[in-house]
Amino acid sequence: MSNIPESGRTSRVNIRLIVIQILVVSLLVTLGGRLWYLQIRNGDQYTAEAANNHIQQVIAPATRGSILDARGVPLADNQTRLVVSANRTDLMKMKDKGHGVLARLASVLGMKPEDVAVKVRLCDAKTPKPCWSGSPYQPIPITDAATPQQALQIRERAEDFPGITAEPQAVRRYGAPGGANAAQVLGYLSPVTSDEMQKAKQSNSPLVRSDQVGRSGLERQYDAQLRGKAGVTRYEVDNLGRVIGKAKSDKPEPGSNLITSIDARVQAIAERELDQAMKDARQELDRNTGVNYKADAGAVVVMESKTGRVVAMASNPTYDPNVWVGGISGKDYQALTGDNSDYPLLNRAIQAQAAPGSIFKVISATAAVKAGYSFTDKYNCSSSYNIGRQVFTNFESKGYGPIDIGRALEVSCDTVFYDLAYKQWQKDGGNNPKNPKDWFYKTARQFGLGKETGIDLPGEVRGRVPDRDWKKRYWEANKDTWCKQGAKAQPGDYAGQIAKENCESFYRMRAGDSVNYSIGQGDTLVTPIQMATIYAAISNGGTLYNPTVGKAIVSPDGKRIEQIKPQAHGRLPFDAKTRDQLDGALAGVATEGSAAWRFTGWPQKEIPMHAKTGTAEVAGKQTTSWFATYTKDYTVVMTISQGGTGSGASGPAVRNIYNAIYGVDGNGKIDPAKALLPAPQNGLPRIDKDGSIEAAHIDPAPSPSATRREDERPQ
Amino acid sequence: MSAAGSLPLRRFAPPRSTWSRLTGRDGALRRLDWPMLLAALALSVLGCLLVYSATRGRTGLTHGDPYYFLKRNILNTVIGLALAAGAVRAGHRALRGAVPVLYILSVLATAAVLTPLGATINGARSWIQLGGGFSVQPSEFTKITITLGMAVLLARQVDSGERSRPGHRAVLQALGVAAVPVLVILLMPDLGSVMVLAVIVLAVLLASGAARRWILGLLSGGVLGCVLIWQLGILDTYQINRFAAFANPAFDPSGIGYNTMQARIAIGSGGLTGAGLFHGPQTTGRFVPEQQTDFVFTVAGEELGFLGAGAIILLLGVVLWRACRIAREATDRYGAMVAAGVITWFAFQSFENIGMTLGIMPVTGLPLPFVSYGGSSAFAAWTALGLLQAVKARRPLAPA
Repeated sequence: MSNIPESGRTSRVNIRLIVIQILVVSLLVTLGGRLWYLQIRNGDQYTAEAANNHIQQVIAPATRGSILDARGVPLADNQTRLVVSANRTDLMKMKDKGHGVLARLASVLGMKPEDVAVKVRLCDAKTPKPCWSGSPYQPIPITDAATPQQALQIRERAEDFPGITAEPQAVRRYGAPGGANAAQVLGYLSPVTSDEMQKAKQSNSPLVRSDQVGRSGLERQYDAQLRGKAGVTRYEVDNLGRVIGKAKSDKPEPGSNLITSIDARVQAIAERELDQAMKDARQELDRNTGVNYKADAGAVVVMESKTGRVVAMASNPTYDPNVWVGGISGKDYQALTGDNSDYPLLNRAIQAQAAPGSIFKVISATAAVKAGYSFTDKYNCSSSYNIGRQVFTNFESKGYGPIDIGRALEVSCDTVFYDLAYKQWQKDGGNNPKNPKDWFYKTARQFGLGKETGIDLPGEVRGRVPDRDWKKRYWEANKDTWCKQGAKAQPGDYAGQIAKENCESFYRMRAGDSVNYSIGQGDTLVTPIQMATIYAAISNGGTLYNPTVGKAIVSPDGKRIEQIKPQAHGRLPFDAKTRDQLDGALAGVATEGSAAWRFTGWPQKEIPMHAKTGTAEVAGKQTTSWFATYTKDYTVVMTISQGGTGSGASGPAVRNIYNAIYGVDGNGKIDPAKALLPAPQNGLPRIDKDGSIEAAHIDPAPSPSATRREDERPQ
Repeated sequence: MSAAGSLPLRRFAPPRSTWSRLTGRDGALRRLDWPMLLAALALSVLGCLLVYSATRGRTGLTHGDPYYFLKRNILNTVIGLALAAGAVRAGHRALRGAVPVLYILSVLATAAVLTPLGATINGARSWIQLGGGFSVQPSEFTKITITLGMAVLLARQVDSGERSRPGHRAVLQALGVAAVPVLVILLMPDLGSVMVLAVIVLAVLLASGAARRWILGLLSGGVLGCVLIWQLGILDTYQINRFAAFANPAFDPSGIGYNTMQARIAIGSGGLTGAGLFHGPQTTGRFVPEQQTDFVFTVAGEELGFLGAGAIILLLGVVLWRACRIAREATDRYGAMVAAGVITWFAFQSFENIGMTLGIMPVTGLPLPFVSYGGSSAFAAWTALGLLQAVKARRPLAPA
């Protein structure tokens, strides 16, 4: 061996080489660990991200279901327009980038080739409008007004028009059949918001930018059922968005149809009568204020007494819901919602609340019976009622002497109810209450006041029962303002005096509060739908139904029918005897009481009519007119804000609605052939095998000049 | 074949043929480290498939021929194998005499990149265009020549038996040899290669047995250098951005952050078994840039999953483990130093390359040895592998 060492190693070098080896191994182990962490531990997350990356969705919106009346007449449906669209992905695959196809298309559609070309180019910073701002995978509409002939040409020569489709497309239409506009009941659609899209992203029916969502009324309440399920086609795309494959495709499922209990004919009449009644009221002089009634808003509800189904529901002022279709203009939107508008979007039948006036007395009468007063005892109907130095007058009535509760209802004698309420207030301890029974307030709650009726329409308001609890809470909330205003009050400053009084004692149930409350004045608030529910319950023997507008949801193929059954939310707290006594008294109102002049000649024997009038005081405004009526089958409640007295403003309109339903003419003769709905519509319209729902015939809306003959108005 | 049967045959055989010289008991083929060679070959084959998968749809790169990259890749591997064979045949000691020439050539070529001959790709002026679609990246070869050059200088006195470890003079000379190309590459600037060269220098110095203070001094010098580079603003914006994107993946999501994010998505979505070769949506959709070169590991991650990508790490492990054995068992200090240089080069470069696709290292333009597409890097890696084999071949045979 030479002196060249056979090993290049010394122990020092050897240790260093081992250190290098250890470092190398640990680097590799680190890589392996990290690889495991990414692929196994977090693999699912990255798989999802990768899918987001390379999957593009093209969403075909589902056709929205129709909203039909009880006889199948469409209140809201879809209008078909022939839309010619170009599929950009297909065009770009062609050698000439689709120029030839687009030029041929232009000549068929009678458009200039340049105009067609600019429609399919994509918008970017350098491209001026017109251009396509939507998803490049979505078919780009060239025109939505193609004639059937043009569409046929394109479809029959499909080989000449690759990537071009001519398809009918649905656009919402509110047809107002027979003049039944029902704007607030139907509601409206408006484009989806980013938030909603974000929420729906993970659902099985994702939303696209062009989607419409129900915003109010039935369109919102039944949005999920009406909307159906959008069709989704997933394309695999590369980093530049070019399609490299089709991943998955779901066909759109059209939405279900909603059959309502609305009868378009009755609805049309209700709307017309309400409008006319308000117009008439505006001709009437209000003696209290010295100016004509403003009649600024009104509502009428026609309900089936035995089920709570809504046959007609009108709210005034109203508007044409078609303004929403295809996007509402800023000007139109301002007219519907601006400060200067009369808020026609509000459904006043469920969203307006006012003091009920004397139509509340059915509740006071029941409360009196519950409190132990006999319905048939005599109570003094004086012309006014004194509590201390305060004088409470008999607003709508005069002095009738001793009368029973039934007669007091008939003639709407306030003082009888003042007396009952005052006595009850005293029994409850007066200003120093001890375990108060509060029969009048408890009964109001049992009648369903102070909470929603549960109607299948969004945005219903609750109303208010001004009981002790509420007074305390209201006082807590307002005492500072009242006390400040009251402290500065000068003698003769009426509002200031009231504020001072409220500051000192509003939290207490005062004698005056209870007395006023008993006749439906003061702080009580009710909605028309609440009162309709109550009067329908009196008619049907006491069941408080949740009012319903929807009657059945029918799947697009007609195979699945989901009935919306009437549901009750309570019973009126009276026995059968009291109900019959109330019923009799309310019939008396129609025959010889405060509404009798409106029902002159009514065939009472054949169709017993029951009614109650109401005129509610509103501080600083004209009186609210209330008119609540029922037969064994129907309940009609109408109200007009700043409209005058119950029978005065609303009477003729309500009578006309009944005339139309039962086919009664001005002389009280019944003509069954003219009756629109002598008995409630049971069952559903016929549903054909293909799922289409047969619509009954409906006459077009009468021209405005022929609305009403003067001799039809009972005097 | 039994030993008893073969002995008489050999004894009476005519002068040994080339074949028997290769396959004989002490023949060159018998002396090869087969696990290391096969692992490297497997990596190259995998690399060919992965590069093909990443490029077959990229008509912009392939000039319409989906096999463009596959063909060139196979050619590169064959040339690489030839270079490796040449290195084995020459033997690392015999190469000593050629080292000065090779070193000077590589330094000149590297410097030429800075002249108008050079081409800039991805912000670094690292390439020389040769025409005909060919280009070389001389910095790849400096990894070899620095290793060899330093090893020659540091081993001279040790292997001659004069000293047990290199003297200060030798160390200084070696560092001087390393400094010249490092400075040139720093000017390109190709930070990734500089980092690789730095660890090579460190490893060669460690394996030389040089005094500890040299190692420590070099380490602190390196830290100081980094601070200086940062402070003096020598780095380009793109380099700073790469570090920023590493620190914060949400940084610049349409620029360098996009790279790292898409790479991570591609790998992460592979799961255990991957989408299948040629079936990765991220790869087919071309979401990861530079996927055939620096980001080739993402193809493995997506299409072959944890099993396939893990196999690549494992194969690299086999190469490195065997290389470490070769280093420790080298018969001369020169061989140990060459092996140590190559080991740290492969190890660091692999860690940096895979690490950046996994998001644990900043993005730099370093290829994955044997796997990434690229002629220069394939030639350099295979030559280095040949050197490792040559070091092993010098070892005396274990008693039969």
